[in-house]
Amino acid sequence: MSTAATAVPAAILPGRGGIGGALSDAFWRKPGLLLFLMLTPPLLWLGVIYLGSLFALLIQSFFSIDEFSGMVVREFTLKTYGELLRPSNLDIIVRTVTMAGMVTIASAIIAFPIAYYAARYAKGRWKAVFYLGVMLPLWSSYLVKVYAWKLILAKEGILTWVLDKLHLTFLIDGWLALPVVGGNSLSLSTTGTFLVFVYVWLPFMILPMQAALERVPGNLLEASADLGASPGQTFRNVLFPLALPGVIAGSIFTFSLTLGDYIIPQIIGTSHLFIGMAVYAHQGTAGNIPLAAAFTVVPVVIMGVYLWLAKRAGAFNAL
Amino acid sequence: MPYAVSFQQVSRHFGTVRAVDAVDLQIEPGEFFAMLGPSGSGKTTCLRLIAGFEQPTAGHIEIFGETAEGVPPYRRNVNTVFQDYALFPHLNVADNVAYGQMIRGVGKADRLRDAEAALEMVKLPDYGARKPGQLSGGQRQRVALARALVNKPKVLLLDEPLGALDLKLREQMQEELKVLQKALGITFVFVTHDQGEALSMADRIAVFNEGRIMQTGTPEEIYRRPKTRFVADFVGSSNVLPPHVTQRLGGPAEWASLRPEDIHLGSDTGHEAQVSATSFLGSATRVTLDVAGEKINVLRPSGTPVPVQGESVRLSWPPEALHLMGADA
Repeated sequence: MSTAATAVPAAILPGRGGIGGALSDAFWRKPGLLLFLMLTPPLLWLGVIYLGSLFALLIQSFFSIDEFSGMVVREFTLKTYGELLRPSNLDIIVRTVTMAGMVTIASAIIAFPIAYYAARYAKGRWKAVFYLGVMLPLWSSYLVKVYAWKLILAKEGILTWVLDKLHLTFLIDGWLALPVVGGNSLSLSTTGTFLVFVYVWLPFMILPMQAALERVPGNLLEASADLGASPGQTFRNVLFPLALPGVIAGSIFTFSLTLGDYIIPQIIGTSHLFIGMAVYAHQGTAGNIPLAAAFTVVPVVIMGVYLWLAKRAGAFNAL
Repeated sequence: MPYAVSFQQVSRHFGTVRAVDAVDLQIEPGEFFAMLGPSGSGKTTCLRLIAGFEQPTAGHIEIFGETAEGVPPYRRNVNTVFQDYALFPHLNVADNVAYGQMIRGVGKADRLRDAEAALEMVKLPDYGARKPGQLSGGQRQRVALARALVNKPKVLLLDEPLGALDLKLREQMQEELKVLQKALGITFVFVTHDQGEALSMADRIAVFNEGRIMQTGTPEEIYRRPKTRFVADFVGSSNVLPPHVTQRLGGPAEWASLRPEDIHLGSDTGHEAQVSATSFLGSATRVTLDVAGEKINVLRPSGTPVPVQGESVRLSWPPEALHLMGADA
């Protein structure tokens, strides 16, 4: 019996030994400890450096600038916000928000079929092709892409050339003759800015949308059809409501990225300012840090209101 | 009166896989029809062909005399209770049940009243405001049933609807479904891999294997007179005897089925056998016998003496118990 017992492994194995063994045992007994150790550095980063600087920015926006000396007066005042609401500055805000809204809607419309295909039909290799196709543009420099678009949209660019060969130049000329969206050439018009924004931010709409659509079980679509719903009715009543959190997530990206960008409208488009360009100008050459800070607060507030409205509309009910 | 569902030489192939292969099938109006078979036997694909989620590769399908090929699911007056219920997670229970009527443009008050009535029918009154995520499996199953029945379909399709429920709930639902079907008079087509469920619920059963129907008949016929050894083995785990064994046990050289509960065990007359194993099943004990190298199962009802392993016994059966299925069943 005793000889047989030695061949049988013990019910409780000895400790693994060393610091590693002691640590794994300790973490197993107190899972909270591991979580604490893992989360502390990123939370410090987020809390102190990121949120802290955001808070500092908010404070700056309540200071003002002395118009004679150009020095920042560190006293609480709403003067800077008053300045922000001047017609010329309001113009900038309205222009930027309108652009961000249009870019978001256009991205959502273009992204949906792509995301739907990837989520429902693409399998194996085609799925890899999808991810590669969506991500590949993100691998090259943003500046290179924007300048490439400048060439594409320029008066002597390839787009005009193609339309010329097709004898369709009148289309582009007619469009450019329109107020607001038009201009001397596509690369010098608001239309151009819009096109490039949509191109650059599209992947940020496709990916969350695809993730949301992937989570919609196929049999819900079958159940909807089974209960008499045409494809259009199924889209409105089942697919879209269930994909809405993904659409909102994507729109947060496209909307806030457009709100804050200052390079694209500088390279492509008219000379009218966008929020990002105004921030850049005020904190740099003008040295008006408080007004720059106040401008930066605008997208933060707009995003907050947007999320609040989305939540009230029930966009996150399916989460 | 046309058949509720009629298949004429219907096939559905997925590439080289013949999920459904030249199936002929007639389901009577008002019938509780079960499609029974192991997984991958084509029974669910048949159901999906009726619902319209699949189109036949070949053959002809009629629903109440009308051609169904090329007709999308939303134009078929047929509703499905899905295997995992497929309730809409973003809608509450009442809106789930009212979905079909909402699509058809029925007013909000009317459709919610009908939904409440349907929920009452499946014994879930006052659950309308909850979300599907807050319900148990059995409750979701009832909501799925109410959601389908509220549309008063011509045919109700049920795809293993009781598979995810525990035994007690399953037996209760089997009873309720049967009562409901008789009361409503709607044709039920029920897919299951559980032979006990099919036998106890259905008016008629089609036994599927490898994309084909092996046999169609009443539960009694399927159980008593299986046509093939597959049916004999799958329905009620009969002893399937190859021709040479049948011959040795005094029958002709044919495949035969011998039900475990039809065999008598004694010590004086009959064929000699050794007990190789016993297992207690609750209401009976299954005794596995070795009859000249062939395994034969015998069921001993609870309360009767059970031989122990290694014991020698003699077994016999009434002549009609040995069901012959031909030389190449």
